[in-house]
Amino acid sequence: MFDTISRLVNVFGPSGRENRVAEAITQMIRDKVDEVRTDAMGNLIAVKKGSGRKIMLAAHMDEIGLIVTTIDEKGFLRFGTVGGVVPLVALGQRVVFENDLTGVVWYEENMENMKDAKPDKMYIDIGARSREHAKELVETGDMAVFEGRPVERNGLVVSKALDDRIGCAVLVELARKCPETSNEIYYVFTTQEEVGLRGARTAAYAIRPDMAIAVDVTGTGDTPKSVARAVSLGEGPAIKVKDNSVIAHPAIREKLVECARENGIPYQLEVVDKGGTDAGSIHITAGGIPSGGVSIPTRFIHSTSETVDLKDAENAVRLLEAFVRL
Amino acid sequence: MTEHESILIGTLKKLTMLDGVSGDEKPVRDFITEKIRDRADSLHVDNIGNLIAFRKGTGMNKKVMLAAHMDEVGLLVTGINDNGLLKFKTVGGIEPRVLVGKRVRIGKDRVPGVIGYKPVHLQDASERKSPVKKSGLAIDIGAKDREQAEQSVAVGDTAAFDYDPVEFGNNKLMAKALDNRVGCAMLIELLGGRYPFDLYCCFTVQEEIGLKGAKAAAYAVEPDAAIILEGTTCYDLTGTDEHMVSTRLGDGPALTVMDRSVISDRGLFRFISRTAERLGIPWQVKSTVTGGTDAGRIQVSGRGVKVCTLSVPCRYIHTPVSVMDKRDFFHALKLAEETLAGLAGWLEGEGSVGEVGLGQNQPGGESDV
Amino acid sequence: MECRELLMKLCDINAVTGREDTAARVISGILSEYCDEVSVDKFYNVIGLKRGHGENPRNVLVTAHYDQIGLIVTGIDENGFLRFTSMGGVDPKVLAAQEVTVHGKKDLFGVIGSKPPHLIPPEDADKPVKMEDMLIDIGYDAQKARELVSVGDVVSFRFPVLELKNNRMAGRSMDNRSSVAALVEMLKELGRIRHRDNVYAVATVQEESGLVGAFMAAWNLKPDLAIAIDVCHGDMPDAPSDESFPLGKGVAIAVGPILSREHTRECIKLARRERIPYQIDAEEKDTGTEAAVYSSALEGIPTLLLSIPAKYMHTTVEVVSLDDIEATARLAARYIAFRDELEQEGDSDDRT
Repeated sequence: MFDTISRLVNVFGPSGRENRVAEAITQMIRDKVDEVRTDAMGNLIAVKKGSGRKIMLAAHMDEIGLIVTTIDEKGFLRFGTVGGVVPLVALGQRVVFENDLTGVVWYEENMENMKDAKPDKMYIDIGARSREHAKELVETGDMAVFEGRPVERNGLVVSKALDDRIGCAVLVELARKCPETSNEIYYVFTTQEEVGLRGARTAAYAIRPDMAIAVDVTGTGDTPKSVARAVSLGEGPAIKVKDNSVIAHPAIREKLVECARENGIPYQLEVVDKGGTDAGSIHITAGGIPSGGVSIPTRFIHSTSETVDLKDAENAVRLLEAFVRL
Repeated sequence: MTEHESILIGTLKKLTMLDGVSGDEKPVRDFITEKIRDRADSLHVDNIGNLIAFRKGTGMNKKVMLAAHMDEVGLLVTGINDNGLLKFKTVGGIEPRVLVGKRVRIGKDRVPGVIGYKPVHLQDASERKSPVKKSGLAIDIGAKDREQAEQSVAVGDTAAFDYDPVEFGNNKLMAKALDNRVGCAMLIELLGGRYPFDLYCCFTVQEEIGLKGAKAAAYAVEPDAAIILEGTTCYDLTGTDEHMVSTRLGDGPALTVMDRSVISDRGLFRFISRTAERLGIPWQVKSTVTGGTDAGRIQVSGRGVKVCTLSVPCRYIHTPVSVMDKRDFFHALKLAEETLAGLAGWLEGEGSVGEVGLGQNQPGGESDV
Repeated sequence: MECRELLMKLCDINAVTGREDTAARVISGILSEYCDEVSVDKFYNVIGLKRGHGENPRNVLVTAHYDQIGLIVTGIDENGFLRFTSMGGVDPKVLAAQEVTVHGKKDLFGVIGSKPPHLIPPEDADKPVKMEDMLIDIGYDAQKARELVSVGDVVSFRFPVLELKNNRMAGRSMDNRSSVAALVEMLKELGRIRHRDNVYAVATVQEESGLVGAFMAAWNLKPDLAIAIDVCHGDMPDAPSDESFPLGKGVAIAVGPILSREHTRECIKLARRERIPYQIDAEEKDTGTEAAVYSSALEGIPTLLLSIPAKYMHTTVEVVSLDDIEATARLAARYIAFRDELEQEGDSDDRT
């Protein structure tokens, strides 16, 4: 599992630019499924055909990042955010562009209050000497993602982009296991979730599955003075009850709980106020698609050091394997 | 619960369902009068409305007063707007916050009304960030204008919370006015016994608006000692700093060392707490020094009275949904009964008032105050 | 069943938004008395069909959402108290000292606690209490609480319906059970008059969490005309007069960019003709109701929005007038049945 995760998090893929991630995933599962295709939004859809029900499993390929809006005369880059980037968390981080160029994020030092740290008072330094030099290296509209190489210690993985490459890894591992079932499984690696759950909407409209499960990350409540959440690292995948974008269909939630119990898989229940997932746009597509979620407990979401427990990811694979056999 | 305990709870529930906002205690007084008529040697209602029940002693020349107030916090209609809504002020200390979205009943006819609030959709950003303001609240009885409202209610009517008691959870009882129907329920029971001393059971009025009834009752009775029976604050919810908790539900009746109105008589406090220890009755000290009770007024009346307050902890006191643990109530009653049983002895000895050096400042026993 | 009784029965039903599963059957039972067919879809929308008598009947969709706002358990602490957050738009200021029902393994009575004033530090005195700082007290210790309640269980407000003066009723869930009552009364009225078109009367779900049920209703039924019934703000002393409506003055007919100008105009004409009391509710944005979904669904569906004024919306003491519910029901029924007649009568006035 760690290898799969490592490979996936290191691929460049901010919202709208997920093609490389799609390629990497295709390599991993091409020979384990019956069909692999993409659509107009860049979603990667892998199908394991079957005669039973259509089940859609969705994990998003995109990660948050920055987009260059202006290049100033000294060669510094001004930027906007792609997805929910927390400005304070971005300070001092390294970012990397598609061409492997490295930049550093910093702020206008005359800022009175750190709370004012917003993109319009921050910039990226790519070490250019001038605007012309910078233009040889990047263009406005180019995107960059954060750096944060994956590290494993004590069964915990620390890395950038676990949101949601861990979800993708879970689906890849599941596909590789070729779960035995007569149901038709759609492994959908969606695009542009971080900017509005967009890819999932069109993928679902085309597939019209009988049900859908989004595999994403969810925050934990086990760090000092954290928001009070019932989910903790290492206690099992979290079965979604509700988030900001969807109330999980009770039948799906109950079925997931049943699968967990019958197979001795540890699980937790997820109720959050803030934060949405692909299930939010899937469930109101077409005539309505019953949807739920299996989430991987993650600390420090949207930082370069997101942290998960590998056991939770492995158990998520087991849980989904049991579910798709229904 | 034993059958006797069930009956006690039944009486308590009935008491809470009566309306007796300060100044309008008659329904409660009438109910209690019927209940104790056969047990008292005499009953007397004084000019302010206190109900005083007397049990003659068997010869000791001492007077003991037990007090419990009959009134509850509520609302007073202060005006009727042109649009038919009723303006009100609170009688006793009620936080505006707890009035939002509640039902009340107004006046003798118990006219139903509700206290609404501006929907969140219509609040602007600054309103959303502000706490509930009393000035934004009014009682809505459904009248479309002042004329229609005046057919049912009048300025000066009192309104009580319209909430029925519910037994729930592990031995819990929720009801409005547990402060102080718990005290009244205990007092009704305690009236049964006969003691060496003369016993005055005083069901007082107007405690919530300044301990008024107790002042008049103490003036008339001139007791040597008084035990005040009450419902008291309890904020043992998670996250409260330990020193702010006051009392804990389930830890037994609470004895007051000090509140804003009184410092309990040390000797009487010790006598009651030792009685509890001796008999294995759980008890606790009220650990905050806020609030006030009839004890304050009684202590400083006439030539002075030795007082102590014995309370049942109530969560969410002064709201429509106050909650108590039934076991605290039963323990409080038992403690009061046992205290009375030994009180004559105490009054002769340690509790007697006389030369300096006798009674109050008697050393001996651990310093538990 | 008379309207007052119907409203009380409807308000008694617990259906916190997203958990309409248990209530769907009861709603289905109520609708089936007045419909030719009733079905419940995967999301628990209850769909009643009353067939029209005409040739080439068109399909009219009339919806009223039956979900209500509530709370959801997010944690059980070491003392047995429950932490919670909201389901739908709940104002924290309405929560102190409220009675609730926790729908755990069984229905449990609970109380939302509040901090006594003397425990509020001076710097917080002018801030409202936050939901994260509130707890539900069900009177059990942690072990028992965890047996009976789990994270994700929903909580509804416990509040009986009160009969006030003037044919007004107060209680929780007038948003939107008063509209469901109007829907049923409309069906009763349709049973008394001949109507050409098929009427799909749908009690929808999850309006409070994103108008979800409406998406399904529009997609699956593909109507020619959609009528949404909801509540609008009743008048209050400090509410803006162009956003709130007096009770007892009739159904509020919405006018604005997303509502069908033609149907709105005809509907007002009909109200006048039938002497049904009405008011005009000017909506410059998308109304925030199911009408917003219908107007741009599929290829666009001509939409009407009829609202019942409700005071103190989203509190436990929402107040409505039975007269307004009846006016809404009659207007909806008669517009469906008689709108073609109006077309024949011709427009003498083009402006509403």
